[in-house]
Amino acid sequence: MAVPKRRQSRTRRDKRRSHDHLTPPGISLCPQCNEPKAPHRVCPSCGFYKGREVIESK
Amino acid sequence: MRHRVAGRKLNRTTSHRMAMLRNMVTSLIVHERIRTTDAKAKEVRRLAEKMITLGKRGDLHARRQALAVVRGRQVVRKLFDELADRYREVQGGYTRIMKLGPRRGDGAMVSLVELVQPQGSKKKTAKRKGKKEASAKTKKAPSTPQAQEAKGKSAPA
Repeated sequence: MAVPKRRQSRTRRDKRRSHDHLTPPGISLCPQCNEPKAPHRVCPSCGFYKGREVIESK
Repeated sequence: MRHRVAGRKLNRTTSHRMAMLRNMVTSLIVHERIRTTDAKAKEVRRLAEKMITLGKRGDLHARRQALAVVRGRQVVRKLFDELADRYREVQGGYTRIMKLGPRRGDGAMVSLVELVQPQGSKKKTAKRKGKKEASAKTKKAPSTPQAQEAKGKSAPA
């Protein structure tokens, strides 16, 4: 059976992992209440979207 | 090639899918606003817009075609009387989808589908003109006698 001849160096291992990072989620600020919210989504804290739409308020 | 493959199957058989979409379209017409997952919202939109177009056509054949989808005569009546009248001047885009975000429980993306309240078509064109031309003169013009002239012109047409 084929088997690795040499242990891979730290450099090679780390190079392989250089693309393994996670990307942070996009976050924008609600223009109404300044809370962070997902872009193109209704603001979960104040229920506003595109300036006027009050969807629901808790 | 993903050619000529419109629509979503939503992990359901055809009959299951159609039954569900019929329920959802009926709910949308009754309540004006429903909350579902993003994918279902986009499918309901397709059907709902077609139903409103049927409502605007208004003839008996259209009414029977609508009854084949929408559940309940009262609901179809609303479609043909109230909604057809509301969207008389609107050409498509009767629904709006607003995304709400992930649902607690299964993390599905949820959005809100609603029937749009049409603003007067005058208002929209005025806004667009204001943005495009962006000059103070043209913005002021509609409020002066010229606006009355414009109204007089548009009325006979």
